[in-house]
Amino acid sequence: MSEIQTSDSSGKKKGGSKQKKISVFVDFTPMVDMNMLLITFFMLCTSLSKPQTMEINMPSNDKKITEADRDAVKASQAITLVLAGGDSIFYYTGQPNYKDFNSLKLSSYKADGIRSFLLKRNTEAVAKINDLKEKKLQLKISLKQFTDQVSEIKGGKNTPVVIIKAADKATYKNLIDALDEMQICNIGKYVIDKITPGEMFLIRNYRTKGGLSQNAAK
Amino acid sequence: MSKVKVARKSTRIDMTAMSDVTVLLLTFFMLTSTFVKKEPVQVTTPASVSEIKIPETNILSILIDPKGKVFMSMDKQSDMINALDSVGNHYGVTFTEQEKSKFKLASTFGIPIKSMKAYLALKPDEQDKVLATYGIPTDSLNNEFKVWVQKARAINPELRIAIKADQKTPYKVIKDVMNSLQDLRENRYNLITALKNESAK
Repeated sequence: MSEIQTSDSSGKKKGGSKQKKISVFVDFTPMVDMNMLLITFFMLCTSLSKPQTMEINMPSNDKKITEADRDAVKASQAITLVLAGGDSIFYYTGQPNYKDFNSLKLSSYKADGIRSFLLKRNTEAVAKINDLKEKKLQLKISLKQFTDQVSEIKGGKNTPVVIIKAADKATYKNLIDALDEMQICNIGKYVIDKITPGEMFLIRNYRTKGGLSQNAAK
Repeated sequence: MSKVKVARKSTRIDMTAMSDVTVLLLTFFMLTSTFVKKEPVQVTTPASVSEIKIPETNILSILIDPKGKVFMSMDKQSDMINALDSVGNHYGVTFTEQEKSKFKLASTFGIPIKSMKAYLALKPDEQDKVLATYGIPTDSLNNEFKVWVQKARAINPELRIAIKADQKTPYKVIKDVMNSLQDLRENRYNLITALKNESAK
């Protein structure tokens, strides 16, 4: 493939100089072949796109957080999302009302479901953050100012508190979807909590259209 | 006298420039690539709008498959050996140097500590087959998962915990894992997700 051509014509003419002119031509075709193979190998074996991630802070398992504290949060009109099996999601606000099955509302993971409800509850913060995003796009504020102000708005006094509770039958996707809604709706104060028997009762009561609470009343 | 000369054109193409380009590309791919880790189970992560990228080093990743089997992996081989040592100590199992060097080569581990010795004695291709049928026990009676996390944290305090679970995993399993982490006061961790393009409208 590669060849070395020697020409001895120059030597005859000048006579004196014995130096031969050697033109070296190396054929690079096999080299290119090999490189292409290696490139293909690397392209197939690598993961160029890094996976996304969500950061969450869980409450510590301290027993210091008592029932009374939970009640105080609930009394402040917190929204409780209950993720049940079969991709269904329920929510209620404030304290659960075990007598009225309509206090628990069925919603969905779609845009017109739980998201529109949460956005409605959080209009003030959403409007402010959208305003900030606009400013950031026009380069009026720096990224640091933007993140600082966003976290300030999210932690503001009038923003809703959301408690996410998942039943055993709910899937991991449901949980991620619910956490996603928190981010989409700019809710800064949310927590994942364990589901209580009371909430399981509420779901069953809802599914039987109040049958359970009627029995209990009797 | 004058014959029509057909000009002989050489068909040889100089490949040097082409070679330059391919070598450049090769260098680029070699430098930017991070190899796909071999995982014992196929996991489809749910999509989310979160745009935070996961850091590359000091990751303790927890892999949960749809049936609720838990596997773990660490990115530093030295950490893996130390973790195996201290978990072995905890359960009264000692490992030989040979077993340790075999263990560090595995990208993902998820074997109950009692079966670890028998597992490490297997050939690599047999290991792959068997691994998917095991998983680290997470139930409250025999919570080896908790011990692993605790020991790994003790070895490398900078470790970040990342949970990678399949979207169909029941919440019950996730809850067990999260509870174990909560017991260890590991209150900050990452959930690995895929990218989804959606925003509030």
